[in-house]
Amino acid sequence: MFAVVRVIPGDPARLLAGDFATEQIVDELRAKWRLNDPLPVQYAAYIGGLVRGDFGRSITTSTPILPELTERFLRTLELAVAGILVSIVIGGAAGIVSAVRRSSLIDYAATALALTGISTPIFWSGLLLILLFSVRLEWLPAGGSGTLRHLVLPALSLGLFGAGVLARQTRSGMLEVLGQDFVRTARAKGLPERVVVVKHALKNALIPVVTVLGDQFGRLLGGAILTETVFAWPGMGRYLIESISQRDYPAVQGAILVFAAVVVIINLLVDLSYGMLDPRVRAE
Amino acid sequence: MVALRRLARHTGARFGATVALTFALAALLAPWVAPYDPEAIALGANLQGPSGAHLFGTDSLGRDVLSRTIWGARISLTTGFVSVGLAMVGGVPLGALAAWRGGWPDRLVMRAVDVLLSFPTILLAIVVITIFGPGLGNAMLAIGVAQVPLYARLTRAVVLRVKAQPFVESARAAGAGEWRVLLRHALPNCLPPLLVQSTLMFATAILSAAYLGFLGLGAQPPTPEWGTMLAKARDFLRTAPHVSIFPGLTIMLTVLGLNLLGDGLRDVLDPQTAAGA
Repeated sequence: MFAVVRVIPGDPARLLAGDFATEQIVDELRAKWRLNDPLPVQYAAYIGGLVRGDFGRSITTSTPILPELTERFLRTLELAVAGILVSIVIGGAAGIVSAVRRSSLIDYAATALALTGISTPIFWSGLLLILLFSVRLEWLPAGGSGTLRHLVLPALSLGLFGAGVLARQTRSGMLEVLGQDFVRTARAKGLPERVVVVKHALKNALIPVVTVLGDQFGRLLGGAILTETVFAWPGMGRYLIESISQRDYPAVQGAILVFAAVVVIINLLVDLSYGMLDPRVRAE
Repeated sequence: MVALRRLARHTGARFGATVALTFALAALLAPWVAPYDPEAIALGANLQGPSGAHLFGTDSLGRDVLSRTIWGARISLTTGFVSVGLAMVGGVPLGALAAWRGGWPDRLVMRAVDVLLSFPTILLAIVVITIFGPGLGNAMLAIGVAQVPLYARLTRAVVLRVKAQPFVESARAAGAGEWRVLLRHALPNCLPPLLVQSTLMFATAILSAAYLGFLGLGAQPPTPEWGTMLAKARDFLRTAPHVSIFPGLTIMLTVLGLNLLGDGLRDVLDPQTAAGA
């Protein structure tokens, strides 16, 4: 994670000064932001600040980065959680139905739809949703945030993006489990099919799905960068993109750091959840 | 030949191959098949809906959307080849080395790969763009770099599988040197899964390039790149939705076609992975 941060300092002075700055302005800026210090010193100062919860100040607004980033992070989290819920509901249901009704028309349709979902550019599905629900039907706002109504379209856009992968994974996980002996035993006991599917098969198919869910969350965070741009959602992704275009170097660094931290934490949670779902892992 | 015939019977692959071929032809023949100059501005005729003269309509500067979409195929095709090429050049030797040597090189490479793979590709690409600056060339570089870990992991897995097979042992027994066994015997047998992966990666590269273009970090206007076109078109979503719809639909169909072709190739060339996945 720190390697990522350390790579970013390309030539901060040139980035900061912009294209039209005179040498004098560049020098003053260098002095002000302590860019003349050797890189290891800057790095140490930055890390020292991080430890104290100081992400530095934004170059464009001169305000501290951390409070802004925290606010933005919460908005992205809100969007990503809503998105993952949508993708679990749609993708999970499609995957289960596909597996249970294998090789039926509904399986083919769901499989085709899942692949289409994977292939659709996330910003484009967002634009189509705006076109349908905001421009034509005028049911929902096209952008901004604050109310639940604002959340619906971005969450749907992000969720559909995740649903395709999740449907495929759930389907193959379920198929594998449905072919196993204990499922046949459960059926032979005369349990209703619904109980077999939900209690016996689904629970055992969950482990690979949870791994994907972790990857999915990462993917959705990446997707959120685009969704936030489409729907003018004031989250971390838009902050990152705006900061890059304004060459607000400390802000970019802070945003990437938070993204990285979130990804690492999610992976940790996924690893921990194996133990909860599968006692065999806990025993090792 | 057997593989080709089986591929031709695969419905998804057939559709995918057709789309991919159309896409490649459009890219190669863009100067001849595009009805207009993709950058010819006609302010009097801007934001016109689809018509006989302009099948996909015109954009906010009066440029023909169909011509721009066709030229965009050329950019996407280039991006696909350059990015996937870069990713292979970086990832295949890393993965092969890790699998062949084992021990600490393996652990080192795989640790790095695991860390990088946990990040969304688009975020890795953005990090690379932050270092080198926006632009089409840097976008290709960024996407290539972001795909390196995927190739490293796949190559490692495949080489490990091949390494355990008897013909590798017999090549060694016949007195072939370590490098010769790896390069002449093991790696050629790794090609089918790598080809499958490359088709899918090609699709991802096109999608990522469009994402970067849409965010203003990839190809810059007036380049007729699909994502860059959509970034501008979205300002006119209310009044002229066609400018957004057609390039987006093209991206979706192209990526879908390549994904179907990749899935088909996997079923035909690489049954082991197909069964496991």
